Amino acid sequence: MKSFKYSSATDATSAVGTVSANQTATFLAGGTNLIDLMKEYVERPSELVDISGLNLAEIRSTSKGISIGALAKNTDTANHPLVRQNYPLLSMAILAGASAQLRNMATNGGNLMQRTRCQYFYDIAMPCNKREPGSGCGALQGLNRIHAILGYSDKCVATYPGDMANALYALDAVVRIRGTNGQERTIPVQDFHRLPGNTPEKDNNLQHGELIVAIEIPKNNFANKSYYLKVRDRASYAFALLAVAAALETSGNTIKQARIVLGSVAHKPWRSPEAERVLIGKPATEETFKVAAEAALKDAKPLEHNGYKVELGKRAIVLALQKAMTSGAA
Amino acid sequence: MDDNQERKDFSSTESDSQLSADEETLLDQLGITGAARRKFLGQSMAALLGTFAFHLLAKEEAFATLAAEPDAVFAQVPAVENAVKVLLKINGSTQRLEVDSRTALLDALRERLGLTGTKKGCDQGQCGACTVIVDGRRVLSCLTLAASCEGKEVTTIEGIADGDNLHPMQAAFIKHDGFQCGYCTPGQICSAVALLQEAKNGEASHVTNNLRTIAQNVALSDEEIRERMSGNICRCGAYPGIVAAIREVQSGRETAQAWHFASDEEIAVALNQGGKADEIV
Repeated sequence: MKSFKYSSATDATSAVGTVSANQTATFLAGGTNLIDLMKEYVERPSELVDISGLNLAEIRSTSKGISIGALAKNTDTANHPLVRQNYPLLSMAILAGASAQLRNMATNGGNLMQRTRCQYFYDIAMPCNKREPGSGCGALQGLNRIHAILGYSDKCVATYPGDMANALYALDAVVRIRGTNGQERTIPVQDFHRLPGNTPEKDNNLQHGELIVAIEIPKNNFANKSYYLKVRDRASYAFALLAVAAALETSGNTIKQARIVLGSVAHKPWRSPEAERVLIGKPATEETFKVAAEAALKDAKPLEHNGYKVELGKRAIVLALQKAMTSGAA
Repeated sequence: MDDNQERKDFSSTESDSQLSADEETLLDQLGITGAARRKFLGQSMAALLGTFAFHLLAKEEAFATLAAEPDAVFAQVPAVENAVKVLLKINGSTQRLEVDSRTALLDALRERLGLTGTKKGCDQGQCGACTVIVDGRRVLSCLTLAASCEGKEVTTIEGIADGDNLHPMQAAFIKHDGFQCGYCTPGQICSAVALLQEAKNGEASHVTNNLRTIAQNVALSDEEIRERMSGNICRCGAYPGIVAAIREVQSGRETAQAWHFASDEEIAVALNQGGKADEIV
């Protein structure tokens, strides 16, 4: 690991000030991804500002919904009664990720900031435009079984690996950020992560030095019919090959509102408005779900080794919607 | 054991003649001959060291006696950079350390404090061998900077027992044979001990059925135990014993262990069956 200066921040203003003053400084929260990447020399910050002591871990209800602190641990978020009762989709997504130990360490803000698990990104002997812009993409013509089938570019075919953000996207969540000028701003989760385009080194739309302080989720009527389906190589403690965050609001058996967000198929959580349009106004039947699934994967362009994700994605959407329909009765 | 007793026990054995030529040579090189050799072999056997362990032990001693080549190059031990002073409360005792900012809690425990019970497996958050309990929560010490632990309470496997009395989870791991090589065991046990509290708190897992129903003191099914322990990998595959140990402690219901040491009678039967011993013992 490259040596770095360490300091522990006592307030958000000074933390933002310290990091924004040094282009190679970064925030340290749970460290579950950052420390790992530093050990591999993928991340080489000259300075870490430890924000884990800041008072940003509160989870509370607001007039519009709930606010979850950026530094609340994944475990505490998934288990908070406000989250379990009103947004079980979020609890399911968090609990599908990592292990108990990692969820005890990982924070909500850090979860949004986690980087891809593309092997070419992790291996500093390999070319990677995300790690080293201009060096090329090893995965495009290499081993790309876990890579994107939607929204990629010839510069990068990596996927966003997380689970939590897929659920947050489906729940119309908004990221609250403290800017370098001391002002706060918000970015909807749908606009937080980016597609790679020509700048795959940018995972998201945060500016250097900006600090996530909270994630806000508006009220909705999805709590009774939502499901997070994660498909992976083993039953637990593995990243998704593909995931589906599905949420429905029904009136009788007619679908009033729907959310379909796919995970691990693109550089960002991938919502399918096409699939949602198919679902709304239709009866909640397997036939409807199958048409929606076809619509969601219509534009998928698999690479050499990940063609399986297209059929897997369709079946996973149907199953997730079926599970969502019965989730409230479970 | 006095010398007479020792001679009586080992002078008539054929230990030496059972060694391979390589092993004979190795013991000769180590200067372990005659009575000393018999004592060495006897102690090895008394400590229940198997043949494999004996090989490792002998080889390790042999390597330790080798002199370094005159032109050998040694890695420079770097000076501490970006020193951070940190106060840790480890297993109830306060420790003040000055660490390189890069030092993982795992390395601080093992290399600075001599607490080598916590194991380094993958060193990148994928195996769980380094699991310790920090402020009541199980975490991975390999991905935790020691510098970030200022004032925190750390419990390692060395602090799990109550003096000489094993923690019930430790006793259950022994009873149910929850390990083979033992390398992942400290992490498994720290993880399992923390799991008990999580179930008391009513925390959910990926396999918990209805997350909207919240209850304390959750009774865990085997499926729940497996999911909640998925962050601790065991390459020997001792999972059935691990699940049995945790099930017993978590439920409070004693269950019979599924194995026993072979009795003299069973061994005698096995030996009389010539060539079929493996099927019985």
